[in-house]
Amino acid sequence: MDRLARIWDSDVAWSFRHSPIAIVAAVVALGTIFAAVFAPWLAPYNPFDPASLNLMNGFTPPGTPNAVTGQAFVLGTDHQGRDILSTILYGARISLFVGFAAVIFAMVLGIALGLLAGWRGGWVDSLLMRIADVQLSFPSILIALLIFGVARGFIPAGMREQVAIWVLIVSIGLSDWVQYARVVRGATMVEKGREYVQAARVIGVHPVRIVLRHILPNVIGPVLVIATIGLALAIIAEATLSFLGVGVPPTQPSLGTLIRIGQQFLFSGEWWILVFPSVALLALALSVNLLGDWLRDALNPRLR
Amino acid sequence: MLAYILRRLVQAAAVMLAVALVSFMLFRFVGDPLVNMVGQETSLEDIAELRDRLGLNDPIFVQFADFVWRALQGDFGISYRLQLPVSELILSRLPATLELALISGALAFVFGVGFGVYTALNRRGWVSNTIMTVSLIGVSLPTFLIGVLLIWVFAVELQWLPSFGRGDVVDLGWWSTGLLSTSGRASLILPAITLGLYQMTLIMRLVRAQMLEVLRADFIKFAKARGLTNRAINFGHALKNTLVPVITITGLQLGSIIAFAIITETVFQWPGVGALFINSVQTVDVPVMAAYLVLIALVFVVINLIVDLLYYVVDPRLRVDRAAAAS
Repeated sequence: MDRLARIWDSDVAWSFRHSPIAIVAAVVALGTIFAAVFAPWLAPYNPFDPASLNLMNGFTPPGTPNAVTGQAFVLGTDHQGRDILSTILYGARISLFVGFAAVIFAMVLGIALGLLAGWRGGWVDSLLMRIADVQLSFPSILIALLIFGVARGFIPAGMREQVAIWVLIVSIGLSDWVQYARVVRGATMVEKGREYVQAARVIGVHPVRIVLRHILPNVIGPVLVIATIGLALAIIAEATLSFLGVGVPPTQPSLGTLIRIGQQFLFSGEWWILVFPSVALLALALSVNLLGDWLRDALNPRLR
Repeated sequence: MLAYILRRLVQAAAVMLAVALVSFMLFRFVGDPLVNMVGQETSLEDIAELRDRLGLNDPIFVQFADFVWRALQGDFGISYRLQLPVSELILSRLPATLELALISGALAFVFGVGFGVYTALNRRGWVSNTIMTVSLIGVSLPTFLIGVLLIWVFAVELQWLPSFGRGDVVDLGWWSTGLLSTSGRASLILPAITLGLYQMTLIMRLVRAQMLEVLRADFIKFAKARGLTNRAINFGHALKNTLVPVITITGLQLGSIIAFAIITETVFQWPGVGALFINSVQTVDVPVMAAYLVLIALVFVVINLIVDLLYYVVDPRLRVDRAAAAS
């Protein structure tokens, strides 16, 4: 109870309570994440179960009842008679999974390389930072696309569908590690000179232990801010690649895939197949982005 | 000076070599290059002979040197999917991409600077607030979604503008342009807006921030004290000092525009290099992928090199620092 009160009184919580945008963004983001995680229980249909599909229900406009069961399709159905609301919930699940996994991958890789570069210095540092500089001069979506294309080339044709989602996560992660590595490297170089690190060295603590137990907790703060904005970027990157038809396989449609499908029916008047997944993607990306912006400002002591 | 340029050139060459290596490995180790070249009736002896003649039995670094040598001459082999020379394919599609990229770049620059200056000079007006809010949404919207939504509104609902292709194209020798026909110009509008919007918001925010900073500087106060007109202060002095970093950033963004053209071209079925690349990724058409990889890296390396050298020319502080460090 005491702890809760302390958290409630902290600067960050105060800033959160006084920022309506942050509150709305948090509600939207957490709501979407909750709905996506519990999609199998919340969705009215299972869009991947062929038994529940009926082509008779294809292209049903929003709000029309199911021809078989009478249950309403709140957001309509697509060409295969899949309930749009259900596909969005399941699609957001895949988008979020890829987004979180890619960010965690980029974060672990970036922190590890950043700690290494900052601690060792010398040629390791210059090599890693040269690579980072070069990579930073290319847009990350292009890097992800190129890595994905190259990796796809190396994987035998029979396995491409199964591992596509993992290849996607690694491609997006590899396109985004630089941010983390640069921040962690800079902070590590500062911490390295502090007295507590020297003291630990003098009493003979193993360097790996110094880096992981003493330096890492002191450099992790800014990383969390980058990770929040990175999540929005990763979700957009995944949606873009899937929209281009080079992301997740069609059997596991993410929000990007749904928008790709919806675009095909735009000219025949079935706007709902496109518009609802687009709104879902926009709400997710925008709310996470705004949360990241708020967090950056709230944790930045210079702006207080 | 010379050492600086040399170091940058060596760095650029190293990047290109690394990209060429990735591209070569892709070329050499994805599938068997021969399978895509010979028919089913070819005898095993003929295949072995062809393998020898193509140099596929040579040591790997000899093959790599050969690959680089042929790439330098613009020879990337034959596309598996279209059975045409890759260089020919890319050249025929390059005008479409460059035209789109340059027009959107120009749009982004003109409107970005215009809106940026306006929002900096009128900080509290409701027009400025609207522009800033819309720009925030513009930054968060993924490019492809902007394109799809523009198609929905202007091509499907209002039916004002075409939604795919380049319209009628006029051939000027090796360059084909859509700018000389009405349908070509109409087809360019939606893709150019889609591609330029993100860059525009970026330039706008940069101009606004820079301009606000410059307006606080002492020389502006002095200009006011001298009794210069607002117009002369804002455009003659403030804007001029804002534009140097803006032009550099815009230059660097040109590469991003060409990269993002991949997405825009796919949405609008624009017959450019980016759409060609996406198709080649989908069908694992390795020669095209390899060539595009090298091409896009070249574009970025050249742009970065030019911007770095321009910095050196424009910013005297850089020269002094280097000279001091060297002595």
